[in-house]
Amino acid sequence: MANIKTVDKKSKAQSMGMHTEVLTGRTQQKFFNPDEAENFYYFGTYDVDFNKRTDLDVMNMSAPEANKEIDNLMSQGYGTIVIKNPQGKHSLGVGILNKLNLIFEGSLGYFGMGSCDGPIVRINGRVGWSCAENLMAGKVVIEKNAGSCFGAAIRGGDLICKGSVGARTGIDMKGGTIIIGGDAGAFTGFMMQRGRIIILGDVGINLGDSMYDGTIFVGGEIGSYGSDAVDAELTSSDQDWLRRKLKVAEIGEDFDVSKMKKIVAGKKLWNYDNLEPTEKKGAI
Amino acid sequence: MCGIAGLIHRGKSSNVGSELQGMLQALKHRGEDSTGYALYGDTDGKNFIMRFKVGENVGEGSSSIMEDISVYDERKKIVDQTLAEMGAKIVKEERTLAYSLRYEIDFETKDLLDFSQRIESIPGVEILSMGKSLEVIKDLGNAKMVCDRYSLDKLVGTHAIGHARMATESGVDIKSAHPFWGYPFSDVSVVHNGQLTNYWNNRRVLENKGMRFMSECDSELIAVYIAQKMREGASLEEGMKDSLSGLDGVFTYFVATKDSLGMAKDTMAAKPLVLYESDDLVAMGSEEIAIRSVLPHEIDTYDPFDGEVKVWQI
Repeated sequence: MANIKTVDKKSKAQSMGMHTEVLTGRTQQKFFNPDEAENFYYFGTYDVDFNKRTDLDVMNMSAPEANKEIDNLMSQGYGTIVIKNPQGKHSLGVGILNKLNLIFEGSLGYFGMGSCDGPIVRINGRVGWSCAENLMAGKVVIEKNAGSCFGAAIRGGDLICKGSVGARTGIDMKGGTIIIGGDAGAFTGFMMQRGRIIILGDVGINLGDSMYDGTIFVGGEIGSYGSDAVDAELTSSDQDWLRRKLKVAEIGEDFDVSKMKKIVAGKKLWNYDNLEPTEKKGAI
Repeated sequence: MCGIAGLIHRGKSSNVGSELQGMLQALKHRGEDSTGYALYGDTDGKNFIMRFKVGENVGEGSSSIMEDISVYDERKKIVDQTLAEMGAKIVKEERTLAYSLRYEIDFETKDLLDFSQRIESIPGVEILSMGKSLEVIKDLGNAKMVCDRYSLDKLVGTHAIGHARMATESGVDIKSAHPFWGYPFSDVSVVHNGQLTNYWNNRRVLENKGMRFMSECDSELIAVYIAQKMREGASLEEGMKDSLSGLDGVFTYFVATKDSLGMAKDTMAAKPLVLYESDDLVAMGSEEIAIRSVLPHEIDTYDPFDGEVKVWQI
């Protein structure tokens, strides 16, 4: 890892491997590169071994107890943790700022995996409202359906729901990618500020309402467009990116992306800062 | 923030009192000012069951004024006289609490409007429910407290809806608690999570059409609104679909009748609802943990979309 104490503030992001290109325009995006994973490091986090695996039954635990135990297991070097019997509990798996393979054998309630940075998570069930809110980096895969406010305000990472999601998916999102295998509800991409949303199915009314920036791709029918959301041309590089992303996400690999609609913001906010969130994080 | 829950067994009966208690208790963090149950029990269908109150719970946290218990007795006496005058015979009488009563009544009528108006013209008396299967039980406290107080855990039936209330729009009292009876329709009840912003406009229109409001709780409007639509000839589902444009605000609500259960979600989808549906059971609640209390094994659930209305039959 780069010694960030020896570099000046301006080039910290580059030194940490978070930034490899000169940003121009308003819609530039930096994606997480797995080859540079070792550069993402938080002081006070744990050195875990992905091959060291354990189960954790949270049936009779409260959410704080379960989260504390996950932290305890990471401190012992466990890099793969399987959570048994989550039983729709709220706020499970929140605040993990660590590399970790986390698997939930069941469904989560509200705010699952909130404020995380780095873990690779698979949820073999559904999730309630506000799953992975404020996700900074990592990957969260939901095998079934998700509630409303899916991926609210995420800054980075990949958030994938193989089923359908409720309303306001990607509300206020500032980076990262959200991929939906099924349908999405009303106000998808509401006040979206950056990042990309891919919906393979239909989407409800007011798509991209009041979006500042970012891109939404829709494979099915659109209920209606929100204020400031307009169609844009689907380029060949968009299609390449979509194919790549769907393949990595293990979802809709055979989907005909050439027929997808691309929706962007129709207005410019001239005083809008175009720094990428990951770059900002590195500069702090 | 309030919590709502409901379930319907298709083709069989179950211990719906206990099941709904578990669901509502799982939602108690969403509000425990009051809790209410609308239970559809197995009955022979011959007599009406009237749940009514002659006073309020004036316990801790209540916003009601304390009255002498003799006032309750006096009101009950007038109710008994009025029933006799209308030719309604009390077959069975239960007085669970000083202010809360349950009557089984032998009475022939197709229009409960006149009946209800006469009973509720007695000051301090409110019919909580009237029907041949429906019983609305609501009181202050969380689900377990109300269930224990009224011994609801043994009630067997086909379906039920309930509500855990955090009082925001009106007082902490039984009259503002959910479920609301769909006055004057037999066996219709409503629970609601949300806030209605055109309450007063709609209330004025409906009152001019002869409908009654017992509280100032905006949720009561849904029950009256649906009841009025049904009075005009609409089916339950038609009335619910109409409410999506007629009611303004954010809401998820359930309506139950003698043989059906329905849900509606506003066009903003601002209020939560998680739904489980199978061939023999539908269970739904504000949060998945409510459903988990009756189905602890792994199940497939989903959030209904904005503007969605669904109705299931027993």
